[in-house]
Amino acid sequence: MTGAPLDDASLPRDNGELVFEAPWQARALAIAVTLVDKLGLPWDAFRLRLMDEIAKAPQRPYYESWGAALESMVVDLDLTTPAALDAAAPTARAPL
Amino acid sequence: MTADHHPAELAPIEARVAAIESVLVERGILDTDTLDQIVQHFEDNLGPMNGAKVVALAWSDPSYKERLLADGTAAIAELGFDGPQGELMVVVENTPDVHNLVVCTLCSCYPWPTLGLPPKWYKAPAYRARAVREPRELLAEMGTVIPADVEIRVWDSSAEARYLVLPMRPDGTADMSEERLAAIVTRDSMIGVQRL
Repeated sequence: MTGAPLDDASLPRDNGELVFEAPWQARALAIAVTLVDKLGLPWDAFRLRLMDEIAKAPQRPYYESWGAALESMVVDLDLTTPAALDAAAPTARAPL
Repeated sequence: MTADHHPAELAPIEARVAAIESVLVERGILDTDTLDQIVQHFEDNLGPMNGAKVVALAWSDPSYKERLLADGTAAIAELGFDGPQGELMVVVENTPDVHNLVVCTLCSCYPWPTLGLPPKWYKAPAYRARAVREPRELLAEMGTVIPADVEIRVWDSSAEARYLVLPMRPDGTADMSEERLAAIVTRDSMIGVQRL
């Protein structure tokens, strides 16, 4: 334990390590959690896809696999299509 | 920094996640406020400080410890730590003869309400593979030497069970309050990669 009480390293949840490396990763996590909840699906509906994506590309950064799993889920659930994602306009929200 | 005001170009994955959000919001399936709240919740309310309170209470109150080992989910929910990824909690107790280590070999199952989100190394292929294959060597490399006569049990987290290690209470802590005890419990000790 070092430093001022409010420095990053002292935040207990971090335990010296950042959980998210970038805000989009937090966003990707929140989308998956919220979507599964909203649609009343078991967490496995997402988790099995994440497992597949990790197995497919073991060295790919973790949250990129997460993003790929998210895309495959929303496409398979017919919530969108890859073409619609290609064409999507950015949200009005501040930059990710 | 340049003088132009165009936002920095998004990385492909970042743009893709933004596109997914945008489409789902546009279709009315998700709303941005809810997502903001979820992110905030992760940042503010989830983390190893919750698991540390569970451990400190178990050290201080034998009847709680008994309930915790018998039904982790219910005992942890007594403290209000439940929600996604906190179902089906199994608490495994370290003893002088047994050291427990938690991994998720296939993805990154992890008890969010009590430990927050997993650290980077927990999700790395090397940890996921070696925790099962050669836990003693892996732990030693992480700075935790487990004596040869102590059995190492490796628990593979899954959708059916999320594991939390109950570390041994360190010597010299008999007079400590629950609050002080919670302060010495680390995330890594509850995953089992560290001994207190």
